[in-house]
Amino acid sequence: MTQDKALVELLYSLADDDFILAYRGSEWLGLAPHIEEDVAYSSINQDMMGHATRLYRILEELGEGKADEISHLRKPEQFRNAILLEERNGEGTYLEKPDFDWAFAVVRNYFYTVHKKIRMESLRKSSYEPLKDTALKVSIELQYHLMHWDMWFKQLMTSTDEAKRRMTSAIERCWIEMNGVLSLGPMADEMTSKGYVASEEDMREKWLTHMKKTFEEINAPFPKRLAMSKGNGRQGEHTEDLKTALQTLSEVYETNPTAGW
Amino acid sequence: MIETEHESLLESIHGVLKTVTDPEIDSVSVLDLGMVENVEVEGSSAKVSVLPTFTGCPALDIIQRDIVNAVIEVEGVDEVEVSFLSNPIWTTDRITELGKSQLKEFGIAPPPANHNPGEPWEIPCPYCGSVFTTMENLFGPTACRCILYCKSCKNPFEAMKPVANIGDE
Repeated sequence: MTQDKALVELLYSLADDDFILAYRGSEWLGLAPHIEEDVAYSSINQDMMGHATRLYRILEELGEGKADEISHLRKPEQFRNAILLEERNGEGTYLEKPDFDWAFAVVRNYFYTVHKKIRMESLRKSSYEPLKDTALKVSIELQYHLMHWDMWFKQLMTSTDEAKRRMTSAIERCWIEMNGVLSLGPMADEMTSKGYVASEEDMREKWLTHMKKTFEEINAPFPKRLAMSKGNGRQGEHTEDLKTALQTLSEVYETNPTAGW
Repeated sequence: MIETEHESLLESIHGVLKTVTDPEIDSVSVLDLGMVENVEVEGSSAKVSVLPTFTGCPALDIIQRDIVNAVIEVEGVDEVEVSFLSNPIWTTDRITELGKSQLKEFGIAPPPANHNPGEPWEIPCPYCGSVFTTMENLFGPTACRCILYCKSCKNPFEAMKPVANIGDE
């Protein structure tokens, strides 16, 4: 198998996005606003972790090492996820005084899931067969995730003044980091010219169109320019939040990497 | 002669696969769930190709193990390999009629036939058959299920999420 750097980088960014956001979601377990949401959100996180696993297995087949090691033993700078997806859920931890921000959870997941849908639609036409198969399978499960976050987003945005205020501040926060999610990273041109995935510009346009429709529907002012403020995760730039998340995630695995869990 | 031996071996393997169930829905066999795509035998080694239901389903490893344990017991089989295929994909229309009735016994409404993705679907209550039901949660205790409530017999129940192949955008 010839090592294709652009393909490997793309697979890492796809897998790491799902992996870290599923982890952040799992920290909400038992803390979601109500029990039905706990069931739904944990189901979504389980699906997303499954998507990440599948992508890590493709990387394993490409000679990147064992899937478990890829997910648990890499250093933060080797991760390719967008910074928005690694950020803490709020103050405290899930074990100690969690003061998590539900509006941030809803907005981050909604923005991400809309983009993931667009990205999967493009990957279903990928020139790389394993990615094409994966994208079809993921797309089917993703429909349910999108229905879920779409409902939360629109309901909270048309709810009480407090809900609107909290949602608006979460939107502002996600908007100025969203370009990191939409970015394909330094090898974007090669990924697109080799037919692995649609161009960054094309997918950004589709995402913006989808968002404009949503904001019009709920009569909310459309935010201004998208940005990427804290750095580009696609080139290994990350925050302290990723470092602590990975430490927690790998704590048990690292005690005995040969054990089967 | 050899041909018949081969066939009877395949038949025996299919027979034991009827005893392997999804650990989270143990009234339905993996065959009736439509998860088994292919069974091959060469000499005394058997190969079973399986389609995963949901990607993140934690039962997959257990199903894989249970298939190996069941098939290895078949006389004439010395080796079993179970692999998960990524193509074709599993869809709920692969569930057999028997599988659908067994799902009902378990209190799970089978997925609707001919459902268009994205559209609402009508789910009859597995207990009383009424369609006067409401969706309580699109998600349920496992990735493949959702939670509903029957307004006729006032029972909560679960349903299998419809999973259909989606066409191009």
